[in-house]
Amino acid sequence: MTTYRELLQRTKSEISEVDVRGAEELDGAIWIDIREADEWQEGHLPGAIHVPRGFLESRIEGVVPDKASPVVLYCAAANRSAFAAKTLEELGYTNAHSLAGGFTDWKRNGREIVMPRTLSPERRTRYSRHILIPEIGEEGQLKLLDSRVLLIGAGGLGSPASLYLAAAGIGRIGIVDADIVDETNLQRQVAHSLETLGTPKVDSAKRAIEALNPDVDVVTYRERLTSENVERILGDGWDLIVDGADNFPTRYLVNDASIWHDIPVVHGSIYRFEGQVTVFSPHNGPCYRCLFPEPPPAELAPSCAEGGVLGVLPGIVGSLQTNEAIKLAAGIGEPLVGRLLLFDALATEFSEVRIERNPDCPVCGDHPTITEYIDYVEFCAR
Amino acid sequence: MTVVRVPPVLRSEAGGVREVEAEGQTVREVMEDLARRLPALGTRVYSDGELQPFVNVYVDGEDVRTRDGLDTPVGGNSTVILLPAMAGGR
Repeated sequence: MTTYRELLQRTKSEISEVDVRGAEELDGAIWIDIREADEWQEGHLPGAIHVPRGFLESRIEGVVPDKASPVVLYCAAANRSAFAAKTLEELGYTNAHSLAGGFTDWKRNGREIVMPRTLSPERRTRYSRHILIPEIGEEGQLKLLDSRVLLIGAGGLGSPASLYLAAAGIGRIGIVDADIVDETNLQRQVAHSLETLGTPKVDSAKRAIEALNPDVDVVTYRERLTSENVERILGDGWDLIVDGADNFPTRYLVNDASIWHDIPVVHGSIYRFEGQVTVFSPHNGPCYRCLFPEPPPAELAPSCAEGGVLGVLPGIVGSLQTNEAIKLAAGIGEPLVGRLLLFDALATEFSEVRIERNPDCPVCGDHPTITEYIDYVEFCAR
Repeated sequence: MTVVRVPPVLRSEAGGVREVEAEGQTVREVMEDLARRLPALGTRVYSDGELQPFVNVYVDGEDVRTRDGLDTPVGGNSTVILLPAMAGGR
Protein backbone atom coordinates (compact mmCIF):
# COMPACT_ATOMS: atom_id res chain seq x y z
CA MET A 1 0.00 0.00 0.00
CA THR A 2 1.40 3.36 -1.03
CA THR A 3 0.70 6.45 1.07
CA TYR A 4 0.08 9.91 -0.40
CA ARG A 5 3.47 11.08 0.84
CA GLU A 6 5.25 8.17 -0.82
CA LEU A 7 3.36 8.65 -4.06
CA LEU A 8 4.19 12.39 -4.09
CA GLN A 9 7.84 11.72 -3.40
CA ARG A 10 8.05 9.14 -6.14
CA THR A 11 6.21 11.34 -8.63
CA LYS A 12 8.48 14.30 -7.85
CA SER A 13 11.50 12.11 -8.51
CA GLU A 14 10.10 11.14 -11.91
CA ILE A 15 9.15 14.56 -13.27
CA SER A 16 11.02 17.78 -14.00
CA GLU A 17 10.66 20.48 -11.38
CA VAL A 18 12.02 23.90 -12.32
CA ASP A 19 12.47 27.07 -10.31
CA VAL A 20 11.22 30.43 -11.60
CA ARG A 21 14.47 31.24 -13.35
CA GLY A 22 14.58 27.83 -15.04
CA ALA A 23 10.95 28.20 -16.09
CA GLU A 24 11.55 31.66 -17.55
CA GLU A 25 14.39 30.31 -19.63
CA LEU A 26 12.04 27.88 -21.41
CA ASP A 27 11.52 29.64 -24.70
CA GLY A 28 7.85 30.09 -25.64
CA ALA A 29 6.61 28.11 -22.65
CA ILE A 30 2.89 27.91 -21.99
CA TRP A 31 2.15 28.49 -18.30
CA ILE A 32 -0.81 26.60 -16.94
CA ASP A 33 -2.48 27.22 -13.61
CA ILE A 34 -4.06 23.95 -12.49
CA ARG A 35 -5.62 25.23 -9.29
CA GLU A 36 -9.34 25.39 -8.56
CA ALA A 37 -11.50 28.27 -9.79
CA ASP A 38 -11.66 29.99 -6.38
CA GLU A 39 -7.86 29.95 -6.07
CA TRP A 40 -7.48 31.36 -9.62
CA GLN A 41 -9.86 34.19 -8.78
CA GLU A 42 -7.65 35.32 -5.92
CA GLY A 43 -4.85 36.00 -8.39
CA HIS A 44 -2.64 34.18 -10.87
CA LEU A 45 0.63 34.51 -12.75
CA PRO A 46 0.58 36.94 -15.70
CA GLY A 47 -0.13 35.18 -18.99
CA ALA A 48 -1.10 31.88 -17.38
CA ILE A 49 -3.98 29.82 -18.72
CA HIS A 50 -6.39 28.30 -16.24
CA VAL A 51 -7.02 24.57 -16.62
CA PRO A 52 -8.19 23.09 -13.31
CA ARG A 53 -6.48 19.80 -12.43
CA GLY A 54 -9.75 17.90 -12.79
CA PHE A 55 -10.03 18.93 -16.47
CA LEU A 56 -6.35 18.67 -17.35
CA GLU A 57 -6.51 15.42 -19.31
CA SER A 58 -9.61 16.41 -21.26
CA ARG A 59 -8.61 19.99 -22.09
CA ILE A 60 -4.85 20.02 -22.45
CA GLU A 61 -4.77 19.04 -26.11
CA GLY A 62 -7.03 21.97 -26.92
CA VAL A 63 -4.78 24.36 -25.01
CA VAL A 64 -1.40 22.87 -26.01
CA PRO A 65 -1.83 20.98 -29.29
CA ASP A 66 1.92 20.52 -29.87
CA LYS A 67 3.19 17.91 -27.43
CA ALA A 68 6.77 19.13 -27.83
CA SER A 69 5.90 22.65 -26.57
CA PRO A 70 7.45 23.62 -23.25
CA VAL A 71 4.75 23.68 -20.56
CA VAL A 72 5.11 25.08 -17.04
CA LEU A 73 2.46 23.83 -14.63
CA TYR A 74 1.86 25.41 -11.28
CA CYS A 75 -0.46 25.00 -8.32
CA ALA A 76 -0.23 26.49 -4.81
CA ALA A 77 2.84 24.63 -3.58
CA ALA A 78 4.09 22.35 -6.39
CA ASN A 79 2.40 19.14 -5.21
CA ARG A 80 -0.64 18.98 -7.49
CA SER A 81 1.50 20.32 -10.34
CA ALA A 82 3.92 17.41 -9.87
CA PHE A 83 1.09 14.94 -10.46
CA ALA A 84 -0.09 17.10 -13.37
CA ALA A 85 3.39 17.00 -14.96
CA LYS A 86 3.37 13.23 -14.61
CA THR A 87 -0.03 13.10 -16.34
CA LEU A 88 1.20 15.23 -19.23
CA GLU A 89 4.20 12.98 -19.60
CA GLU A 90 1.86 9.99 -19.84
CA LEU A 91 -0.09 11.87 -22.51
CA GLY A 92 3.09 12.22 -24.55
CA TYR A 93 4.17 15.75 -23.62
CA THR A 94 7.96 15.77 -23.71
CA ASN A 95 8.70 19.18 -22.20
CA ALA A 96 6.34 19.56 -19.21
CA HIS A 97 7.63 20.98 -15.92
CA SER A 98 6.25 21.66 -12.47
CA LEU A 99 7.05 25.09 -11.00
CA ALA A 100 8.87 24.72 -7.68
CA GLY A 101 7.20 26.58 -4.83
CA GLY A 102 4.09 27.21 -6.93
CA PHE A 103 1.94 30.32 -6.63
CA THR A 104 2.68 30.70 -2.91
CA ASP A 105 6.42 31.24 -3.41
CA TRP A 106 5.84 33.38 -6.49
CA LYS A 107 3.66 35.75 -4.49
CA ARG A 108 5.86 35.64 -1.38
CA ASN A 109 8.81 36.80 -3.49
CA GLY A 110 6.87 39.89 -4.49
CA ARG A 111 6.46 38.93 -8.13
CA GLU A 112 3.64 40.34 -10.22
CA ILE A 113 0.26 38.66 -10.03
CA VAL A 114 -2.89 39.34 -12.01
CA MET A 115 -6.36 39.55 -10.56
CA PRO A 116 -8.65 37.95 -13.14
CA ARG A 117 -11.84 39.54 -14.32
CA THR A 118 -14.52 37.02 -13.70
CA LEU A 119 -18.13 36.45 -14.56
CA SER A 120 -20.87 36.80 -12.00
CA PRO A 121 -22.50 33.51 -10.91
CA GLU A 122 -25.58 34.41 -13.02
CA ARG A 123 -23.47 34.96 -16.12
CA ARG A 124 -21.46 31.83 -15.44
CA THR A 125 -24.72 29.88 -15.50
CA ARG A 126 -26.12 31.63 -18.58
CA TYR A 127 -22.96 31.13 -20.62
CA SER A 128 -21.93 27.78 -19.14
CA ARG A 129 -22.08 25.97 -22.49
CA HIS A 130 -19.64 28.50 -23.93
CA ILE A 131 -17.38 28.41 -20.89
CA LEU A 132 -17.12 24.62 -21.11
CA ILE A 133 -15.55 24.92 -24.57
CA PRO A 134 -11.78 25.20 -24.07
CA GLU A 135 -11.39 27.63 -27.01
CA ILE A 136 -13.84 30.05 -25.41
CA GLY A 137 -13.86 29.55 -21.65
CA GLU A 138 -14.47 32.40 -19.23
CA GLU A 139 -11.90 34.59 -20.95
CA GLY A 140 -13.54 34.19 -24.36
CA GLN A 141 -16.95 34.90 -22.88
CA LEU A 142 -15.60 38.11 -21.34
CA LYS A 143 -14.35 39.09 -24.80
CA LEU A 144 -17.82 38.52 -26.24
CA LEU A 145 -19.33 40.64 -23.46
CA ASP A 146 -16.83 43.40 -24.29
CA SER A 147 -17.61 43.29 -28.04
CA ARG A 148 -19.61 45.82 -30.00
CA VAL A 149 -21.23 44.59 -33.20
CA LEU A 150 -23.13 46.76 -35.68
CA LEU A 151 -25.87 45.09 -37.72
CA ILE A 152 -26.78 46.63 -41.04
CA GLY A 153 -30.39 45.61 -41.55
CA ALA A 154 -32.83 43.94 -39.16
CA GLY A 155 -34.45 41.81 -41.85
CA GLY A 156 -33.81 38.29 -43.06
CA LEU A 157 -30.09 38.13 -42.27
CA GLY A 158 -30.27 40.58 -39.37
CA SER A 159 -32.94 38.52 -37.57
CA PRO A 160 -30.92 35.36 -36.84
CA ALA A 161 -27.79 37.48 -36.40
CA SER A 162 -29.41 39.71 -33.78
CA LEU A 163 -30.87 36.76 -31.86
CA TYR A 164 -27.74 34.59 -31.84
CA LEU A 165 -25.39 37.51 -31.14
CA ALA A 166 -27.65 38.46 -28.24
CA ALA A 167 -27.81 34.89 -26.94
CA ALA A 168 -24.01 34.68 -27.17
CA GLY A 169 -23.70 37.70 -24.90
CA ILE A 170 -22.26 40.25 -27.33
CA GLY A 171 -22.14 43.30 -25.05
CA ARG A 172 -23.41 45.92 -27.43
CA ILE A 173 -25.45 45.43 -30.58
CA GLY A 174 -26.22 48.35 -32.90
CA ILE A 175 -29.01 47.98 -35.45
CA VAL A 176 -29.46 50.18 -38.51
CA ASP A 177 -32.80 49.88 -40.32
CA ALA A 178 -35.45 52.36 -41.42
CA ASP A 179 -38.22 49.82 -42.13
CA ILE A 180 -41.46 48.90 -40.41
CA VAL A 181 -42.42 45.27 -39.71
CA ASP A 182 -45.09 44.00 -42.13
CA GLU A 183 -46.82 40.63 -42.74
CA THR A 184 -44.57 39.65 -45.64
CA ASN A 185 -41.56 39.79 -43.30
CA LEU A 186 -42.78 37.08 -40.94
CA GLN A 187 -42.11 34.23 -43.39
CA ARG A 188 -38.40 34.58 -42.53
CA GLN A 189 -37.61 37.53 -40.24
CA VAL A 190 -37.81 35.61 -36.97
CA ALA A 191 -36.81 38.49 -34.71
CA HIS A 192 -40.18 40.08 -35.45
CA SER A 193 -43.65 38.82 -34.58
CA LEU A 194 -47.37 39.49 -34.87
CA GLU A 195 -47.05 41.62 -31.76
CA THR A 196 -44.62 44.01 -33.44
CA LEU A 197 -46.38 44.36 -36.80
CA GLY A 198 -46.44 48.00 -37.82
CA THR A 199 -43.61 49.01 -35.49
CA PRO A 200 -40.08 49.98 -36.55
CA LYS A 201 -37.88 46.93 -37.14
CA VAL A 202 -35.14 48.34 -34.93
CA ASP A 203 -37.56 48.57 -32.00
CA SER A 204 -38.99 45.13 -32.69
CA ALA A 205 -35.49 43.61 -32.83
CA LYS A 206 -34.48 45.45 -29.66
CA ARG A 207 -37.51 44.00 -27.90
CA ALA A 208 -36.62 40.47 -29.05
CA ILE A 209 -33.00 40.89 -27.92
CA GLU A 210 -33.96 42.25 -24.53
CA ALA A 211 -36.43 39.41 -23.98
CA LEU A 212 -33.57 36.99 -24.64
CA ASN A 213 -30.67 38.58 -22.84
CA PRO A 214 -30.65 41.67 -20.61
CA ASP A 215 -26.82 41.71 -20.70
CA VAL A 216 -26.95 43.26 -24.17
CA ASP A 217 -26.96 47.01 -24.64
CA VAL A 218 -28.98 47.67 -27.82
CA VAL A 219 -28.39 50.85 -29.81
CA THR A 220 -30.98 51.53 -32.50
CA TYR A 221 -30.64 53.68 -35.60
CA ARG A 222 -34.03 54.01 -37.25
CA GLU A 223 -32.61 55.30 -40.48
CA ARG A 224 -31.24 54.07 -43.75
CA LEU A 225 -27.45 54.08 -43.93
CA THR A 226 -26.36 56.94 -46.22
CA SER A 227 -23.27 58.97 -46.91
CA GLU A 228 -24.79 61.59 -44.60
CA ASN A 229 -25.07 59.43 -41.47
CA VAL A 230 -22.43 56.73 -41.94
CA GLU A 231 -19.67 58.67 -40.18
CA ARG A 232 -21.89 59.42 -37.18
CA ILE A 233 -23.07 55.80 -36.85
CA LEU A 234 -19.62 54.25 -37.27
CA GLY A 235 -18.19 56.91 -34.99
CA ASP A 236 -20.12 55.35 -32.10
CA GLY A 237 -17.38 52.71 -31.96
CA TRP A 238 -17.88 49.22 -33.36
CA ASP A 239 -15.53 46.24 -33.41
CA LEU A 240 -17.20 44.61 -36.37
CA ILE A 241 -20.06 44.96 -38.80
CA VAL A 242 -22.51 42.26 -39.84
CA ASP A 243 -23.80 43.33 -43.24
CA GLY A 244 -27.31 42.14 -44.02
CA ALA A 245 -28.28 45.03 -46.29
CA ASP A 246 -30.68 44.47 -49.17
CA ASN A 247 -29.29 46.79 -51.82
CA PHE A 248 -26.08 47.63 -53.65
CA PRO A 249 -25.72 51.29 -52.63
CA THR A 250 -25.62 50.26 -48.95
CA ARG A 251 -23.23 47.38 -49.66
CA TYR A 252 -20.71 49.71 -51.30
CA LEU A 253 -21.20 52.34 -48.62
CA VAL A 254 -20.58 49.79 -45.84
CA ASN A 255 -17.50 48.56 -47.66
CA ASP A 256 -15.91 51.96 -48.15
CA ALA A 257 -16.67 53.04 -44.58
CA SER A 258 -15.27 49.80 -43.16
CA ILE A 259 -11.98 50.31 -45.01
CA TRP A 260 -11.63 53.90 -43.77
CA HIS A 261 -12.61 52.95 -40.20
CA ASP A 262 -10.66 49.68 -40.28
CA ILE A 263 -13.61 47.55 -39.14
CA PRO A 264 -14.04 43.96 -40.39
CA VAL A 265 -17.30 43.20 -42.19
CA VAL A 266 -19.07 39.86 -42.10
CA HIS A 267 -20.84 39.85 -45.42
CA GLY A 268 -23.90 37.79 -46.30
CA SER A 269 -26.33 37.93 -49.20
CA ILE A 270 -29.25 35.80 -50.33
CA TYR A 271 -31.45 35.26 -53.34
CA ARG A 272 -34.14 32.60 -53.78
CA PHE A 273 -32.30 29.39 -52.79
CA GLU A 274 -28.73 30.65 -52.73
CA GLY A 275 -26.50 32.53 -50.37
CA GLN A 276 -23.00 33.94 -50.16
CA VAL A 277 -20.92 34.54 -47.04
CA THR A 278 -17.44 35.98 -46.54
CA VAL A 279 -15.42 38.17 -44.19
CA PHE A 280 -13.82 41.36 -45.44
CA SER A 281 -10.89 42.22 -43.19
CA PRO A 282 -9.61 45.68 -44.19
CA HIS A 283 -6.11 45.54 -45.69
CA ASN A 284 -5.60 41.91 -44.55
CA GLY A 285 -7.77 40.49 -47.29
CA PRO A 286 -9.98 41.51 -50.18
CA CYS A 287 -12.83 44.00 -49.80
CA TYR A 288 -16.25 44.01 -51.46
CA ARG A 289 -14.91 46.16 -54.30
CA CYS A 290 -12.05 43.70 -54.86
CA LEU A 291 -14.71 41.00 -55.25
CA PHE A 292 -17.26 43.01 -57.22
CA PRO A 293 -15.65 46.17 -58.63
CA GLU A 294 -18.99 47.41 -59.90
CA PRO A 295 -22.66 46.73 -59.29
CA PRO A 296 -24.61 44.78 -61.92
CA PRO A 297 -27.10 46.52 -64.21
CA ALA A 298 -30.52 47.18 -62.69
CA GLU A 299 -32.25 44.18 -64.26
CA LEU A 300 -29.71 41.87 -62.63
CA ALA A 301 -29.85 43.54 -59.23
CA PRO A 302 -31.75 40.93 -57.26
CA SER A 303 -32.57 43.17 -54.34
CA CYS A 304 -35.93 43.85 -55.94
CA ALA A 305 -38.86 42.39 -54.11
CA GLU A 306 -40.04 40.18 -56.98
CA GLY A 307 -36.97 37.93 -56.59
CA GLY A 308 -38.28 36.01 -53.61
CA VAL A 309 -36.35 34.01 -51.04
CA LEU A 310 -36.81 30.69 -49.28
CA GLY A 311 -37.73 31.58 -45.69
CA VAL A 312 -35.12 29.43 -44.00
CA LEU A 313 -32.27 30.59 -46.26
CA PRO A 314 -31.57 33.85 -44.37
CA GLY A 315 -31.68 31.72 -41.21
CA ILE A 316 -28.82 29.61 -42.54
CA VAL A 317 -26.80 32.42 -44.10
CA GLY A 318 -27.38 34.81 -41.18
CA SER A 319 -26.28 32.06 -38.78
CA LEU A 320 -23.11 31.47 -40.79
CA GLN A 321 -22.42 35.20 -40.57
CA THR A 322 -22.99 35.09 -36.82
CA ASN A 323 -20.59 32.18 -36.52
CA GLU A 324 -17.91 34.32 -38.18
CA ALA A 325 -18.80 37.31 -35.98
CA ILE A 326 -18.53 35.29 -32.77
CA LYS A 327 -15.20 33.79 -33.85
CA LEU A 328 -13.83 37.25 -34.64
CA ALA A 329 -15.11 38.65 -31.35
CA ALA A 330 -13.61 35.79 -29.32
CA GLY A 331 -10.43 35.74 -31.42
CA ILE A 332 -10.68 32.04 -32.28
CA GLY A 333 -10.69 29.84 -35.36
CA GLU A 334 -10.10 30.59 -39.02
CA PRO A 335 -12.18 33.50 -40.26
CA LEU A 336 -13.69 33.30 -43.73
CA VAL A 337 -11.22 35.87 -45.10
CA GLY A 338 -10.26 35.52 -48.77
CA ARG A 339 -12.86 32.80 -49.25
CA LEU A 340 -16.38 33.25 -50.54
CA LEU A 341 -18.68 30.51 -49.29
CA LEU A 342 -21.58 29.70 -51.62
CA PHE A 343 -24.62 27.82 -50.35
CA ASP A 344 -27.24 26.23 -52.56
CA ALA A 345 -30.29 25.23 -50.52
CA LEU A 346 -31.93 23.23 -53.34
CA ALA A 347 -28.93 21.00 -53.85
CA THR A 348 -27.88 21.32 -50.17
CA GLU A 349 -24.40 22.08 -51.35
CA PHE A 350 -21.64 24.32 -50.08
CA SER A 351 -18.86 25.44 -52.38
CA GLU A 352 -16.07 27.89 -51.93
CA VAL A 353 -14.15 30.18 -54.25
CA ARG A 354 -10.96 32.02 -53.47
CA ILE A 355 -11.01 35.80 -53.51
CA GLU A 356 -7.92 37.94 -53.47
CA ARG A 357 -7.11 41.49 -52.57
CA ASN A 358 -6.86 43.55 -55.74
CA PRO A 359 -3.80 45.85 -55.59
CA ASP A 360 -5.63 48.11 -58.07
CA CYS A 361 -8.82 48.22 -55.95
CA PRO A 362 -10.17 51.80 -56.03
CA VAL A 363 -10.72 51.78 -52.24
CA CYS A 364 -8.34 49.35 -50.50
CA GLY A 365 -5.71 49.12 -53.25
CA ASP A 366 -2.23 50.58 -53.26
CA HIS A 367 -3.32 53.78 -55.01
CA PRO A 368 -6.96 54.38 -54.07
CA THR A 369 -9.01 56.57 -56.38
CA ILE A 370 -12.20 56.57 -54.28
CA THR A 371 -11.58 58.63 -51.17
CA GLU A 372 -15.04 59.85 -50.30
CA TYR A 373 -18.48 58.29 -50.05
CA ILE A 374 -20.45 57.69 -53.22
CA ASP A 375 -24.23 57.68 -53.20
CA TYR A 376 -25.21 55.18 -55.84
CA VAL A 377 -28.68 55.54 -57.29
CA GLU A 378 -31.12 52.92 -56.08
CA PHE A 379 -31.57 50.36 -58.84
CA CYS A 380 -35.21 49.51 -58.45
CA ALA A 381 -38.19 50.36 -56.31
CA ARG A 382 -38.41 48.23 -53.18
CA MET B 1 -17.25 18.86 -71.45
CA THR B 2 -16.97 21.49 -68.76
CA VAL B 3 -19.76 22.11 -66.29
CA VAL B 4 -20.74 25.77 -66.06
CA ARG B 5 -22.67 26.75 -62.92
CA VAL B 6 -25.34 29.33 -63.67
CA PRO B 7 -26.17 31.82 -60.89
CA PRO B 8 -29.83 32.18 -59.92
CA VAL B 9 -30.13 35.71 -61.36
CA LEU B 10 -29.09 34.43 -64.80
CA ARG B 11 -31.15 31.22 -64.86
CA SER B 12 -33.95 32.68 -66.91
CA GLU B 13 -31.34 33.22 -69.65
CA ALA B 14 -30.39 29.54 -69.37
CA GLY B 15 -33.84 27.96 -69.54
CA GLY B 16 -34.04 27.78 -65.76
CA VAL B 17 -31.27 25.23 -65.29
CA ARG B 18 -28.59 25.34 -62.62
CA GLU B 19 -25.78 23.92 -64.71
CA VAL B 20 -25.00 23.80 -68.42
CA GLU B 21 -22.24 22.11 -70.35
CA ALA B 22 -19.82 23.85 -72.68
CA GLU B 23 -16.70 22.93 -74.53
CA GLY B 24 -13.31 24.61 -74.67
CA GLN B 25 -9.68 24.52 -73.57
CA THR B 26 -9.68 28.07 -72.23
CA VAL B 27 -12.18 30.40 -70.59
CA ARG B 28 -12.52 32.26 -73.92
CA GLU B 29 -13.39 29.07 -75.79
CA VAL B 30 -15.86 28.01 -73.09
CA MET B 31 -17.52 31.45 -73.18
CA GLU B 32 -17.76 31.40 -76.97
CA ASP B 33 -19.25 27.92 -76.93
CA LEU B 34 -21.67 29.02 -74.21
CA ALA B 35 -22.69 32.03 -76.32
CA ARG B 36 -23.43 29.69 -79.26
CA ARG B 37 -25.48 27.27 -77.18
CA LEU B 38 -27.30 29.82 -75.04
CA PRO B 39 -26.98 33.24 -76.68
CA ALA B 40 -29.06 35.00 -74.02
CA LEU B 41 -26.81 33.76 -71.22
CA GLY B 42 -23.63 34.11 -73.24
CA THR B 43 -24.08 37.80 -73.96
CA ARG B 44 -24.90 38.54 -70.31
CA VAL B 45 -21.53 37.20 -69.29
CA TYR B 46 -19.35 37.72 -72.34
CA SER B 47 -19.67 40.29 -75.08
CA ASP B 48 -17.35 41.86 -77.65
CA GLY B 49 -14.70 39.37 -76.66
CA GLU B 50 -14.64 40.55 -73.02
CA LEU B 51 -16.05 39.24 -69.75
CA GLN B 52 -18.70 41.56 -68.34
CA PRO B 53 -17.18 43.48 -65.43
CA PHE B 54 -19.98 42.68 -62.98
CA VAL B 55 -19.73 38.92 -63.39
CA ASN B 56 -16.90 37.00 -61.78
CA VAL B 57 -15.76 33.79 -63.43
CA TYR B 58 -14.08 31.07 -61.36
CA VAL B 59 -12.34 28.00 -62.72
CA ASP B 60 -11.99 25.35 -60.03
CA GLY B 61 -12.53 27.92 -57.32
CA GLU B 62 -10.02 30.48 -58.64
CA ASP B 63 -11.02 33.89 -60.03
CA VAL B 64 -9.80 34.01 -63.64
CA ARG B 65 -8.91 37.70 -63.17
CA THR B 66 -6.19 36.55 -60.76
CA ARG B 67 -4.96 34.00 -63.30
CA ASP B 68 -4.75 34.44 -67.07
CA GLY B 69 -8.17 35.99 -67.65
CA LEU B 70 -9.79 34.64 -70.79
CA ASP B 71 -6.67 32.58 -71.52
CA THR B 72 -6.99 30.67 -68.25
CA PRO B 73 -6.93 26.97 -69.12
CA VAL B 74 -10.05 24.92 -68.44
CA GLY B 75 -9.63 21.19 -67.82
CA GLY B 76 -12.10 18.54 -68.93
CA ASN B 77 -13.26 17.98 -65.35
CA SER B 78 -13.20 21.63 -64.38
CA THR B 79 -16.18 23.45 -62.95
CA VAL B 80 -16.70 27.02 -64.09
CA ILE B 81 -18.75 29.21 -61.77
CA LEU B 82 -20.37 32.40 -63.05
CA LEU B 83 -21.01 34.77 -60.18
CA PRO B 84 -22.56 38.22 -60.31
CA ALA B 85 -22.95 40.22 -57.10
CA MET B 86 -26.09 39.64 -55.06
CA ALA B 87 -27.28 42.30 -52.66
CA GLY B 88 -30.30 40.68 -50.99
CA GLY B 89 -30.45 40.53 -47.23
CA ARG B 90 -34.12 40.71 -46.55
